[in-house]
Amino acid sequence: MRTSYPADPRVTAGIVALAAIGVLIGGAFTGLILEGIHDLSGAWAAFDPYLLRVVRFTLWQAALSMLLSVVPALFVARALSRHPRFFGRAFILQLFAVPLALPAIVAALGILALYGRAGYFAGLFSAAGGEGWPGIYGLSGILVAHVFFNLPLSVRLFVEALRTIPDDQWRLASQLGIGAGPAFRLIEWPTLRAALPGIAGLVFMLCITSFTIVLILGGGPAATTLEVGIYQALRFDFDPARAVMLTLLQIALTFTVVLALTRLGANIVGDTNLPVAQRRHLSVTSIETWLNAVLILLALLFVVGPMAATVTAGLGADLGRLSGETAVRQATLTSVGLAFLSAVLSVMLSVALTMARRALAVNRRAGPRTMLEYATDTGAGFVLVVPPIVVGAGWFLLLRHAGDAFAIAPIMVVTVNAVMAMPFALRAVRPAYDAASERHERLCAQLGISGWNRFILVDWPSLRRPLATAFAFAMALSLGDLGVIALFGSDSVRTLPYLILARMGSYRTQDAAGLALLLGFVCLALVLMADRLGKGRSHDA
Amino acid sequence: MRTLFYSVISALVLAASGPALAKDKLTVYTYESFTADWGPGPLVEKEFEAECGCEVEFVSVADGVALLNRVKLEGASTKADIVLGLDTNLTADAKASNLFAPHGAVGAVDVPGGWKDDVFVPFDYGYFAVVYDTEKLKTPPKSLKELVEGRAGDKIVIQDPRTSTPGLGLLLWVKSVYGDKAPEAWAKLKQKVLTVTPGWSEAYGLFTKGEAPMVLSYTTSPAYHMVAENTQRYQAASFEEGEYLQIEVAGITTTGAKNPLAAKFLTFMTGPKFQDAIPETNWMFPAGRTDKPLNPAFDKLVKPTKTLMFSPEEVAANRKAWVDEWLAVMSK
Repeated sequence: MRTSYPADPRVTAGIVALAAIGVLIGGAFTGLILEGIHDLSGAWAAFDPYLLRVVRFTLWQAALSMLLSVVPALFVARALSRHPRFFGRAFILQLFAVPLALPAIVAALGILALYGRAGYFAGLFSAAGGEGWPGIYGLSGILVAHVFFNLPLSVRLFVEALRTIPDDQWRLASQLGIGAGPAFRLIEWPTLRAALPGIAGLVFMLCITSFTIVLILGGGPAATTLEVGIYQALRFDFDPARAVMLTLLQIALTFTVVLALTRLGANIVGDTNLPVAQRRHLSVTSIETWLNAVLILLALLFVVGPMAATVTAGLGADLGRLSGETAVRQATLTSVGLAFLSAVLSVMLSVALTMARRALAVNRRAGPRTMLEYATDTGAGFVLVVPPIVVGAGWFLLLRHAGDAFAIAPIMVVTVNAVMAMPFALRAVRPAYDAASERHERLCAQLGISGWNRFILVDWPSLRRPLATAFAFAMALSLGDLGVIALFGSDSVRTLPYLILARMGSYRTQDAAGLALLLGFVCLALVLMADRLGKGRSHDA
Repeated sequence: MRTLFYSVISALVLAASGPALAKDKLTVYTYESFTADWGPGPLVEKEFEAECGCEVEFVSVADGVALLNRVKLEGASTKADIVLGLDTNLTADAKASNLFAPHGAVGAVDVPGGWKDDVFVPFDYGYFAVVYDTEKLKTPPKSLKELVEGRAGDKIVIQDPRTSTPGLGLLLWVKSVYGDKAPEAWAKLKQKVLTVTPGWSEAYGLFTKGEAPMVLSYTTSPAYHMVAENTQRYQAASFEEGEYLQIEVAGITTTGAKNPLAAKFLTFMTGPKFQDAIPETNWMFPAGRTDKPLNPAFDKLVKPTKTLMFSPEEVAANRKAWVDEWLAVMSK
């Protein structure tokens, strides 16, 4: 074996990706700090007793949301993976990408249409409880909404991880007559456990930065996250120093939690053999089949409920007129275009990081992880807790003296969304890449295949499907995003979510509902397309 | 994609060819709902372009606060000649930036309580009000006191004063009525608050979805429902203590002071061609002379018995302390 990989192009690719992300985030902070350095009073004033309560609540709701999303998702994902031919399975997984694309207010209204004071279930709940149903405002509402966003996300990522279990293991298990329980413990759990810290960390980061959901469903400022403070600091008080301070606090808190989470995980012991078996040999008892079916149905109902409410509300709009409007058509095109570009960029970044991490891990063998390896893995994920509004504001500040800074808004939207979606894409791509690398690394080294040839000939076949998942997620996420332009707005990036908010902001709630439906469909169509592309010739149906 | 591409290109071209443009140009920064297809922007643009033989370019951002932030960010090099859409809670801050120039002579304006300001000129006004659903609430509160002390079951959706203009409006309203007793009033009102949303849209969305029978909005909100949706269902409650006033203003920037079109625009703004467009596109009251009578729906709206308002300076000096006071009570 070689002792070092001085010229492994994978590591170079990872370093380039990291540098790009570093420039994006670093530039933003530079812009804010240069502006904020003149007046640091706000930054220190941010530390008041209220902040302590905010921090406590932020962490508490994020931890609970994470638990409630990730633990059920483990079992739903396992159920789905044990029944590859479950009716509508592919469609369920595609639907599960849609919540991410829904702007928070749309999702909140969908959830309230079911569980709110005037929701479908209000009559039922108040009959059960005696008094009038108070709605789910408060912590419960926040949790329901966060699970709505993150359970389907986690399920998809866990399913992706479970796909990496070599078919030979299943064949062996079936030959040995291993039951569902031991099979879970011996085969599925180690894989899930390896993926767990990453996915849990991702969900935690998403919940810790939640803002609109927390305010709408939280019932009042007792339920506030740090993100609200950051938003307020930039948007209302325009106090860059305070925004930077709070963002750093948010990063530090997340770092502590994510560090603790990695202890939950385990290093997967991969299978270095090439897969021989073609199909899974699963023997699932009929009781387990029923249990799995119930589990999948419950998850499906929970996720589809608010989406169905959104559809129903949308059908009440004048869809014919809306789809004929130039503004709507242009916004749809702009949204799809921006989302597509972000997704491409995002997938490229995540592939580069995944390959670099793997190359570094293979290279170091048993020693401790280097900073670089850490950075290509969890480290890069921390971009999620840097609010897009901070990145947008920082860059506008930095570039405002160099011509028309606002003309770069589309570029900002694409790059920031790409970087924000990168941690998702990373989670989708990494298990497959690592598993494939486990099998192919030695072969590639022996045959001297590397660089582009290796990517096309060796990696591509096993990456194709997870890349499609990653692409779908990145696109869905970018479709629904508003963060970057929230501060100054821009006439050149009028996207669909933007139109939805504009219509809502001028009494046109019906129009907004119709547009939300349109956005959902656009997202679903893109996900279907990505999945179709991902299927290709891969044998793993 | 194409629109995006073209907008990038056109922005670049525009930036490069600025001085070479044949026609005189006026750049107006404003908020989005002003330039929306259904907003006053398109009408106003057409009328003023016909009058001045020039070209008007609107640049829009999310709302009044974003507007001020953007101008402050661009500083003296801003391209804006006119900034249109700040409200009186922002004008003290705007003046302190030294980016605005005195307006000179403009037409007569008519806002409650009169107007005296050498920098900003009002273009419309409205009152904050509690809007209620007549199908859900048979006896709306008749005063702020009744709202504060009323049945806890009758919920209201309000906005966060840290992130929303109407939210700040309610805070100031309560302060102007209760003064030092405001924290006690909020402690009681808190029982009736269903939730505190980041902005007006979310609150109004929850309200029209039937989540709460009341929402903080404007006295003019029912006019929209009457005119555009032909329904009397949503009405504003009239409060004995009076309603809090919001005045929206425009001003000439230091850039605009060099552009003769800017002063012309402000005069145009206070005239009928601009003002006639306001009521049924911006859903506010006109602040200048109109030619057309108001839609009869506006006559049915609540007429405040008393107009409440703090001066811009008072708001600027106390906003932070008052918001903190609110936060302390509401986050308990």
